[in-house]
Amino acid sequence: MITAAVQEREHYLNASYGIKSWLLTKDHKRIGLLYLATITFFFFLGGAFATLIRVELLTPQGDLVSSETYNKLFTMHGVAMVFFFLIPAIPATLGNFFLPMMIGARDLAFPRINLLSWYLLVLGGLLSLYAMLAGGVDTGWTFYTPYSTSYSNTWVIATALGIFVAGFSSILTGLNFIVTVHRMRAPGMTWFRLPLFVWSTYATSVIQVLGTPVLAVTIILLFCERVFHLGIFDPTRGGDPVLFQHLFWFYSHPAVYIMVLPAMGVISELVSVYSRKPVFGYHFVAFASVAIAVLGFLVWGHHLFVSTQSLYAGLVFSFLSYFVAIPSAIKVFNWTATLYKGSISYATPMLYAFGFIGLFTIGGLTGLFVAALGFDVHVTDTYFVVAHFHYIMVGGTIMAYLGGLHYWWPKMTGRMYPEGWAKLSALVIFLGFNLTFFPQFVLGYLGMPRRYHVYPPEFQVLHVLSTAGASVLAVGYVIPMIYFIWSLRYGKVAGANPWNATGLEWQTASPPPAHNFDQSPVVTHEAYDYSTVLGEVEVG
Amino acid sequence: MSSQVSTAAATSLWEGGRSPYATNSKKFGMWLFIISDSLTFSALLFAYTYSRVSNPNWPTPFHFSPSIIFSTVMTFCLLSSSLTMVMAVHSMNHGKRKAAGAWILATMGGGAAFVVLHLSEWLNLINNEHVTPFENPWGVPLFGGTFFALTGLHMTHVVIGLIYLAIVCQAVFRGKFKAEDVEVSGLYWHFVDLVWMFIFPLVYLMSARVH
Repeated sequence: MITAAVQEREHYLNASYGIKSWLLTKDHKRIGLLYLATITFFFFLGGAFATLIRVELLTPQGDLVSSETYNKLFTMHGVAMVFFFLIPAIPATLGNFFLPMMIGARDLAFPRINLLSWYLLVLGGLLSLYAMLAGGVDTGWTFYTPYSTSYSNTWVIATALGIFVAGFSSILTGLNFIVTVHRMRAPGMTWFRLPLFVWSTYATSVIQVLGTPVLAVTIILLFCERVFHLGIFDPTRGGDPVLFQHLFWFYSHPAVYIMVLPAMGVISELVSVYSRKPVFGYHFVAFASVAIAVLGFLVWGHHLFVSTQSLYAGLVFSFLSYFVAIPSAIKVFNWTATLYKGSISYATPMLYAFGFIGLFTIGGLTGLFVAALGFDVHVTDTYFVVAHFHYIMVGGTIMAYLGGLHYWWPKMTGRMYPEGWAKLSALVIFLGFNLTFFPQFVLGYLGMPRRYHVYPPEFQVLHVLSTAGASVLAVGYVIPMIYFIWSLRYGKVAGANPWNATGLEWQTASPPPAHNFDQSPVVTHEAYDYSTVLGEVEVG
Repeated sequence: MSSQVSTAAATSLWEGGRSPYATNSKKFGMWLFIISDSLTFSALLFAYTYSRVSNPNWPTPFHFSPSIIFSTVMTFCLLSSSLTMVMAVHSMNHGKRKAAGAWILATMGGGAAFVVLHLSEWLNLINNEHVTPFENPWGVPLFGGTFFALTGLHMTHVVIGLIYLAIVCQAVFRGKFKAEDVEVSGLYWHFVDLVWMFIFPLVYLMSARVH
């Protein structure tokens, strides 16, 4: 039997057994799976908060939860999703698992530090989880002063310290990835033969290493201000609350690119393999990732358009924000150009890639709306902004994350997911997503402020549509959860390379051996050289 | 070493498997840590500068004697310890373990002198000048907060550096650790000194009372 044959061969999953072999593992693949379990937990936790928010907003009155509880719900939704799901999502799971394999390495440069960063994320997650269970926090995920330092009576400190600890996880992961890409590439794997996922993850790592320390300082200052009344954010003592916003967004705007850059990398992989063509304009796509990472540090002020920042600063930040559109558009155009005359197959990961390209385009273009100083003053703190960043974060990052998870699932587990169910859920997610968030653009444009749980009755129709969409979306997320677990035991056994893809990760067995490659690979081709690969995508 | 680089250059500097800078992973990791940590200090220095600029009545209380003289002596101790660290790396590269260990001890001596002098400077400010993180006799209350935050973060780094050097030192004396490992610890130590060269003028010299 085939299953018997699979069980005989030694791979990273059966190389050792027992809970200790997982908790003390230095194998990047196992650590990737540890991350996968952790972030999946936080995804469904954040999703539960989102569900409560949407149910509350079904009616104009505040009848499900009090306004205090509502404040806590959207705060904890943001904290769980941003810091404990989106930021580690693609780099720490798919990146951890596949970055070393894609460059032909046996592991990351610092396997122990890699394990340490998982423990830091778990520790930070537990601290924040403790705060949520003990009574929650209500400042919004942005912790704006002076509310967070002087007025809020909730668990600000525990939550912020959780984020502080998780930040070190992010820094160490980024550091590890950069050293790995520089030092561990297989012979012949030159910089311009790197898969674009590696380029974008590399650019992400640069942001993690440069940005996160500033968040750490910001949180420490917040801590000192709240506990000791230091005065740094208090005008009566010579401080300034706007300083907090500068420091916070200096990290948190680039953090948006920590979330979306690896997603773009996944899409480059998917578009190429399912249209059997090299990515159009490889160098442009690679450097666009770096450009986004650099530009990301120059635009934080567009979060302060209405925060007493000087008009001239606002103008400059507005102008600079437009520049982000250039590398982003390069990517979108190059992905679509890759499709041209491609031999396209509509396997599930490709459906997610199509979803990403469309939704990211909407999210990106509305980003230009809110980067425009005049328009942004009109829609600041409305649902327009909420819809905009959910199009990037959910329509972009989560779409790509799910696409990547489906694409690499056979490599990670040695089993195929059920294609029919997967296509169905991709469709359900796409429809549910648009039904949830498109009405929010309209709501915001009409003036519905974010973070309100009571609203004028004329907004109800759009809110009901959005809640209906969220229900559909929730179903779409639960289906993959079920069939992925199902496939671990009952899924069709996957070969080494079910997609006939070119990447090095497909040149070894599924699941890979503990040391990734039985013999060290030597790279002789450019990335995505489909002229040398015979055959088509088998599934889809 | 040079032959290694030239063979790499003969094919392609950007070929996989070997870094174009021929830097090992530990050293490269330390460089990245230093770049990352420099952003920590940048953030705090930005906060300090921002606060200082937005308060025209920011106090400039430090008299030439004793504060500026005292802090100059501290600076001298710390910078000298960078020189001894260079000597430690140099000795280690020439296989002179005992000399290297001694130079590291000297480095730790400089660092420890800095910490002791700095702490007595703090105590002087707290006890005699009544400066705390929350109040000071000279005006803007934030002055004390930023002073202790910046110097405190730096001193934390020096103390961590001393512990790090102690670990390296005993390993060197016991015949463990390579020259690279000493060099990596040296990178961290020089970084801590370099940061002080930003903090010293910004916090002390610019707050000096000149008249």
